[in-house]
Amino acid sequence: MQMDLRTVTIKPQRQTFDHIARRIGADKAATRYQEGTLEVQATHNFHYRPTWDPDHEIFDASRSAIKMADWYAFKDPRQFYYGAYTLARAKQQETAESNFDFVEGRGLADTLPAELKETVLKLLLPLRHAAWGGNMNAAFITAYGYGTALTQPCIFHSMDMLGIAQYITRVGLLLGDDVEVLDTAKQSWMEDSAWQGLRRYVEDCFVLKDPLEVFVAQMVALDGLLYPLVYETIIDNVLSSKGGTPIAMLTQFMTDWYAETRKWVDATVKTAAAESAENKAQMETWITHWRDRAAAALMPIAQIALGAEADAITSEVVDQFNARMAKAGVSL
Amino acid sequence: MDMKVGKKKLGLKEKYQHMTRGLGWETTYQSMDDVFPFVKYEGIKIHDWDKWEDPFRLTMDAYWKYQAEKERKLYAIIDAYAQNNGHLNVTDARYLNAIKLFLNGISPLEYMAHRGFAMTGRQFPGVGARVACLMQSLDEIRHAQTQIHSLSNYNKYYNGFHEYRHMLERVWYLSVPRSFFDDAVTAGPFEFMVAIGFSFEYVLTNLLFVPFVSGAAYNGDMGTMTFGFSAQSDEARHMTLGLEVIKFVLEQDPDNLPIVQQWIDKWTWRGYRVLTLVGMMMDYMLPKRIMSWKEAWEVYFEENGGALFKDLARYGIRPPKWLDQIEQDKDHISHQAWATFYNYAAACNFHTWIPTDDELDWLSQKYPNSFDKYYRPRLEHWREEAKKGNRFYNKTLPMLCQTCQIPMIFTEPGDPTQICYREVDYKDNKYHFCSDGCKEIFEHEPEKYIQAWLPVHQIYQGNCFEEGVDPTAEGFDPLSAVLDYYHLAQGRDNLDFEGSEDQKNFEAWRGMATKNAA
Ligand SMILES: [Fe+2]
Ligand SMILES: [Fe+2]
Repeated sequence: MQMDLRTVTIKPQRQTFDHIARRIGADKAATRYQEGTLEVQATHNFHYRPTWDPDHEIFDASRSAIKMADWYAFKDPRQFYYGAYTLARAKQQETAESNFDFVEGRGLADTLPAELKETVLKLLLPLRHAAWGGNMNAAFITAYGYGTALTQPCIFHSMDMLGIAQYITRVGLLLGDDVEVLDTAKQSWMEDSAWQGLRRYVEDCFVLKDPLEVFVAQMVALDGLLYPLVYETIIDNVLSSKGGTPIAMLTQFMTDWYAETRKWVDATVKTAAAESAENKAQMETWITHWRDRAAAALMPIAQIALGAEADAITSEVVDQFNARMAKAGVSL
Repeated sequence: MDMKVGKKKLGLKEKYQHMTRGLGWETTYQSMDDVFPFVKYEGIKIHDWDKWEDPFRLTMDAYWKYQAEKERKLYAIIDAYAQNNGHLNVTDARYLNAIKLFLNGISPLEYMAHRGFAMTGRQFPGVGARVACLMQSLDEIRHAQTQIHSLSNYNKYYNGFHEYRHMLERVWYLSVPRSFFDDAVTAGPFEFMVAIGFSFEYVLTNLLFVPFVSGAAYNGDMGTMTFGFSAQSDEARHMTLGLEVIKFVLEQDPDNLPIVQQWIDKWTWRGYRVLTLVGMMMDYMLPKRIMSWKEAWEVYFEENGGALFKDLARYGIRPPKWLDQIEQDKDHISHQAWATFYNYAAACNFHTWIPTDDELDWLSQKYPNSFDKYYRPRLEHWREEAKKGNRFYNKTLPMLCQTCQIPMIFTEPGDPTQICYREVDYKDNKYHFCSDGCKEIFEHEPEKYIQAWLPVHQIYQGNCFEEGVDPTAEGFDPLSAVLDYYHLAQGRDNLDFEGSEDQKNFEAWRGMATKNAA
């Protein structure tokens, strides 16, 4: 039977699923972000309590001190569902790949001043462990957070952190003469006094139980200071002006990633704080606490590249962070 | 990625090792026990996480690249399928009910898998294992979403799809797949991996996805077929992960064997019970059949699974318990299930029907030992009754198995005329089971299974009416009130396929494509 189905115009019975229609109106077509996100996580009539946490349901909003009337008030301004997310990252990895090709193909790593190369290895390589910690913390929120609108961007974040750890590894292997640079960096991470503040910070995050506090400690405070300080300031400005432009090319993924991801982080902070005075106070307490700890932990690391200037530049980054949080409705 | 290290060139395995393994560390500011609090309570002993063999070596940049390519192709087809009214290409409108079953019963499990693998991905102390789990977690949200997005177009035109999320947590038969996955994620990380990573993804996956994906291909459903095939390369990774977990755990300590064996027994049985729905779908719901449930079980479990368990014998693993019963059941369960859904078609969000004569003949031929003797006469009787205007709808509520939550419809091993009942007294209550398997699973963890949200019990306890409904009011219709609680559109989502809105619409719309306007 030959059919030309394209010529048939049928009036749809409904535009989208009912749980989406109840939120956006029955007369509207839903986006893929909406259909893939809104209310996807189960909320009612769970069958069994977790054997690993019998005080809570499988998904349980009371795991957090942050209270939301509707956990789907959280929105990802990037509208990332899996497809949109992978397409965005695929594009960024393509840029990263051609940057690596460019630097490798022209032997630019060999043209770097020895001192600068040393600084980069010392500063950047131990950060692969910090990124791995970020992967764990984001996985924690994905697992135990409430509502897909919050947990979905966290699985993306978690895998981004793994990707970043792997990009740092590649930079190390490109600049270093041997894979031993990775061992040296790990030793610094484990033992050097400059890194102990940060390692302690990351380990302390591993034992937090409130998914939103983990979000504040990792995505808001630590990412919010580390990326502007290390990638935007030290690498893109300070080291570039000393002939380190190839390094900035090799870490472009991190810079672009942060510029994009902070929009989601800001939106999430804003939504949580705007919900109630209690939430706002809780967010302020957490952000202040973790900001101060993160700034202190990052200071000795900034000194690796900035020496005496570290103090001034770090407080500049903290000021910018405060301004950013103020815009998100949190006064620190 | 092409990577040069100083003067040396690294092999693929070594390269991946550097990209992943060295990342983790022994924590010292917080104890490892506090950082990984769930890794010991199940009794599994792991001595050296570095012995973990990475089941696949995929760095994130490569992952993004491959997956984005797949997404691009998949969504192009989904879009074209929607624009071209591809849904009118399916063999006949009865087929739509197979994908209603899929969206309602299976897609939400993909999402649960996403969260479950995030949990294990957070909880294992080994970096290699964690990365593999997290990558699967990411894949699983892909599966949930590509299914929702593909089937979204069907929802625009047909009934039974529109409240899949709401119904999952309420409708009687959906508690079967849901409690299965709730059971897995409420277990510890190792049991979850044996339950889902191994038993479900490795041992039983072909019995779940092949029937739906091939069923879609056979029945002209390009949309479903495409997401199915697109998921296949992910599944290949998931299967190797499932197998690696088993081998790794068994190699780590001999004390792990009895624990793992008990989990394999339990989860094969739990999974097999859920697959009853798939068996029914294969034998009754696909207008164009691929193979019978019995044949699928023989190929995918008895042959392939047999080889797998032979391979695992060197670790001391024996084939799962209760296989002898499954062997006898394979002539029966799909027919028993369809009869049940035919009975309860008023309380169901997809349609049922009596197969055509051709289809009855096919079933007779595929099930020579059972169909003509036990099931065909009953179906023909119901058909006669329906012709006379007495389409049978059962309006009472069935007793459910406390473990698998399927109504007590299965028969005694060896006697297909006798319903199988088992019971256990526990803390002043009597609990009922469909089988020795479900009974034994309960007895192993009674405190878990007494919590089950059994849809029928909940109805009788008055927990399944909308707020404000007064069951003592004059003329109160309990079934109708429950269906309201389900958000079931009565007369549209439920009842027989014959005379349904889906049937009429599909015929009218296809007519518009094949006939000239009057
Ligand atoms: Fe899946
Ligand atoms: Fe059962």
